[in-house]
Amino acid sequence: MLVFVAFLFFLGVGFDLIFVGGGVMPVPIGSMLALGLGGVSAWSSYYAGDRAVLLSSHAIPIDQAALPAPEDAKLKYRQLEDVVEEMSIAAGLPPPKIYIVPDRDPNAFATGRDPQHASIAVTQGLLDTLNRDELQGVVAHELSHVRNLDIRLMTVIAAMVGAAALLSDWTSRGLLFGGGGSSRSRNREQGGGLFGLVLLVIWVIAVLLAPIIGQALAMMVSRRREYLADASGAELTRNPMALASALAKIDEAVDPTVSIKQGTANLCIADPLGRQIGLREGKWANLFASHPPMAQRIAALRQMAFQQ
Amino acid sequence: MAGVVLIAVLVVLVVWAIALYNNLIGLRNQVLNGWRQIDVQLKRRHDLIPNLVSTVRGAMEFERDTLTQVMEARARAVTATGPADAAHKEGELTQALGRLFAVAENYPALKANDNVKMLQEELTSTENKVGFARQFYNDIATKFNTSQQTFPSNMFATMLGFKPAELFELTGESERQVPAVDLSMRKG
Repeated sequence: MLVFVAFLFFLGVGFDLIFVGGGVMPVPIGSMLALGLGGVSAWSSYYAGDRAVLLSSHAIPIDQAALPAPEDAKLKYRQLEDVVEEMSIAAGLPPPKIYIVPDRDPNAFATGRDPQHASIAVTQGLLDTLNRDELQGVVAHELSHVRNLDIRLMTVIAAMVGAAALLSDWTSRGLLFGGGGSSRSRNREQGGGLFGLVLLVIWVIAVLLAPIIGQALAMMVSRRREYLADASGAELTRNPMALASALAKIDEAVDPTVSIKQGTANLCIADPLGRQIGLREGKWANLFASHPPMAQRIAALRQMAFQQ
Repeated sequence: MAGVVLIAVLVVLVVWAIALYNNLIGLRNQVLNGWRQIDVQLKRRHDLIPNLVSTVRGAMEFERDTLTQVMEARARAVTATGPADAAHKEGELTQALGRLFAVAENYPALKANDNVKMLQEELTSTENKVGFARQFYNDIATKFNTSQQTFPSNMFATMLGFKPAELFELTGESERQVPAVDLSMRKG
């Protein structure tokens, strides 16, 4: 998180020095503007995001999903409702709204800006594959995202990624149309020296790669929050093995979750797109994964079970 | 100069004491709320049991004893007074229910009945909710106690009138035991 702020600061200061003329204004106009724009888009997603996400994944409120179901299927829905209520009692949170996503792939996500406006959605596939204890583990994981305010955190980060991308965009346009050329030479006269030149080169590289670096940093934060949600989920159920076996089952199902879009990936129990990333382990492949490799998550949960 | 330092130290102390006090009050209210949550879940359990018993009665003609035990344990639990008494009687009720479920396993007609399955899920969930409500209560009470007893707040917590909250424990010896189920009942 701090790295992120530092990175954005570096981009912003450089941008101001070159395009706005650093000596004239002490206020970082360019970066403020970028952050402002990034903030506006993130702000709207903060308030309307849960509805948009639920709408785009075709989620149905659980009471509507359960109504036309046959008797034996109703039991599963009832179980889900009960499990969610149990977990909200264990977490001391108001019970979230529950949605069913008609998708065969097992997955689940949480959304909503704070615990009072939270929703949890699970796919039909998840209900069909998991037993009661495993379902409880998954719900505890999702509710932990809600309790740890991860939705808020990821919104702030989305704003910063947006700002970095904007800065990068403006810079590459500026360089392309030569708008920055004259001011850049002026800057070199002011600062001068080899050091300034090296810094300038680093900055240009950084700014051009900004969208990619920003994304990688955001995903790093996201992966950490996944581990945290796994751990606090296990703290709620006092049953880490159930979540571990749920994760193993979810991992076995290879279809991508088509109805969950990438924007929601941060808050899912498992990455809806990238199962293949889990296969190719190694630093490089994991750099852009929103979730840590399944094997490592399961290992961490097993370790918790042994420590009990 | 010394006077200024003294006043500054005093101001810091007062601000800190206010923060401590508010923090403890917040925790104490959560503890109270946690305690009430347990009551809410227990009440729900009491309301569910007559339903369950009347649903299974027809199929379990031969288990009158087990059913009566459940109803009696429920009646005692409803009239319990005070936390310790309640804990004891609720424990007995849990045991009676455990026996009922164990015995019900022997009735295929019951196991296949959707109504009974639904009721059983309800009751399992209520048991879990009671358990999680206690877990939450214990978690929050421990947090409350820890923030009272750690240095330096321990010097002021008692002065501000805070007492450590009691943790929820199993009281009677009977509750620690795993319910014994007599399997010979199958033939009866």
